[in-house]
Amino acid sequence: MSEVKYSKEHEWIKLEGDIATIGITKHATEMLGDIVFAELPEKGSSVEKDGTAGVVESTKAASDVYTPVSGEVLDTNQEIVDDPSKINQDPENNAWFFKLKIKDKSEMDSLMNKEDYDKFAKESNS
Amino acid sequence: METKKTSLYKLHQDFNAKFVEFAGYQMPIQYSEGIVEEHKFTRNHSGIFDVSHMGQLFIYGGDELIIDLEKIFPLDLKNLKLNHSKYSFLMDKDAGIQDDLIITKINEGFLIILNAACKDNDFKILKELLNEKYKMVLDENRSLIAIQGPKSSQILNDVIDRVKDLNFMSGNWYLFYNQKIYITRSGYTGEDGFEISIPNNLVDKLTRELIDKGSKLVGLGARDTLRLEAGLCLYGHDLDKDKTPVEANLKWAISKERISKGDFIGSDTIIKQLNNGVTKIRVGIKPEGRVIAREKTKIFNQSDVHIGEITSGTFGPSVNGPVAMGYVENKFSEKNTKVFLEVRGKKHIGSICSLPFYKKSYVKGSN
Repeated sequence: MSEVKYSKEHEWIKLEGDIATIGITKHATEMLGDIVFAELPEKGSSVEKDGTAGVVESTKAASDVYTPVSGEVLDTNQEIVDDPSKINQDPENNAWFFKLKIKDKSEMDSLMNKEDYDKFAKESNS
Repeated sequence: METKKTSLYKLHQDFNAKFVEFAGYQMPIQYSEGIVEEHKFTRNHSGIFDVSHMGQLFIYGGDELIIDLEKIFPLDLKNLKLNHSKYSFLMDKDAGIQDDLIITKINEGFLIILNAACKDNDFKILKELLNEKYKMVLDENRSLIAIQGPKSSQILNDVIDRVKDLNFMSGNWYLFYNQKIYITRSGYTGEDGFEISIPNNLVDKLTRELIDKGSKLVGLGARDTLRLEAGLCLYGHDLDKDKTPVEANLKWAISKERISKGDFIGSDTIIKQLNNGVTKIRVGIKPEGRVIAREKTKIFNQSDVHIGEITSGTFGPSVNGPVAMGYVENKFSEKNTKVFLEVRGKKHIGSICSLPFYKKSYVKGSN
């Protein structure tokens, strides 16, 4: 069974076994506007919890993408690099950013569930 | 200071605008469809821009005013025909650009359109330079909207009869609900279009009529991507007091006749630069790949020497890739010169290119 959690930096993370799939939330894409550029971490590299793991840019500005957990990058989604508008279209499914082999599952504990995140997103939307 | 609102604020709200503060005004950065769609709709159909934050300066006077304004602007104003417009700049004594502007000859004098962030300072400077000899009105009772894109001429003509007859960079007075509005065929998107100076109490009505005829509201976000694709400068970014019109590659806007006389503010520097060349110059820059090189990005040459900086950079929706402009040392300004752009610590390859990135011929009108 899989578990989806959310970070305060507006990433979602889906854990299946010890493989985590990470992307940005629909709320994040709505704040950013049209995404026109995406940069992802290198396959095989290690990323640390809350560290920078990519960049998305709208026509207006660049924003860092953080990883909510530590691990080794197993795969990245080339489709969103080739066509970043896919991130706006389907952020929480097909437009995932990268997959990690998670280092420490307990890092998931501090993340929010859907209900808490929705509330957080609504409050931060001022 | 409290931010100001334009007379179209209610309309922007009705169309779900996202607002940003710009030059002391609450302005729409985009509406619900987003910057990319608004940009493309302008290129393919017609977009309406609220630019009421810009200054509309009326200066009243006759032949003496023309003589006095020629001491300030590098233009052949004596030969500027009634209702014709010219692009120009307000320079300091070293030819540093204090603002860029459009000046139009009207019956009673001149109408000058100024940048929002500069207008109050421009007013002060001009008042001093003209020794308070002339009546000057920075008109807050009029709004300014632009309608841009290939369908705009038909759409506007459906509301304001005969506006189609205007030629590029010329204007005239028209009537809308018995009030006088001044329309010029101009704009800042690289598309055919019009700018309309209209009393505040009528601007909402006119804008809604244009929307009913098929035009759509477009925010400042798309205005920026459109003007950058068209290779046009944004004051405070591509132009400022540390740059001259020659360095900004805008010498086409300086009258040759006036250079030969050299009797306007900043003319010494301009003439020197035209004769001896400049050390830095504005160029177009095309990054390879998709990386966006934004303002303040450092530019390096092939030997890793720092040769300049980006002043505007974004993603161009019609070009479907990143576009930028900036200043480089003149000796590296040749078209197709390879450059390296430092983005997030990595150097990305790009090349110097000619402007604009996106070209469409301006419609000259029917006569």
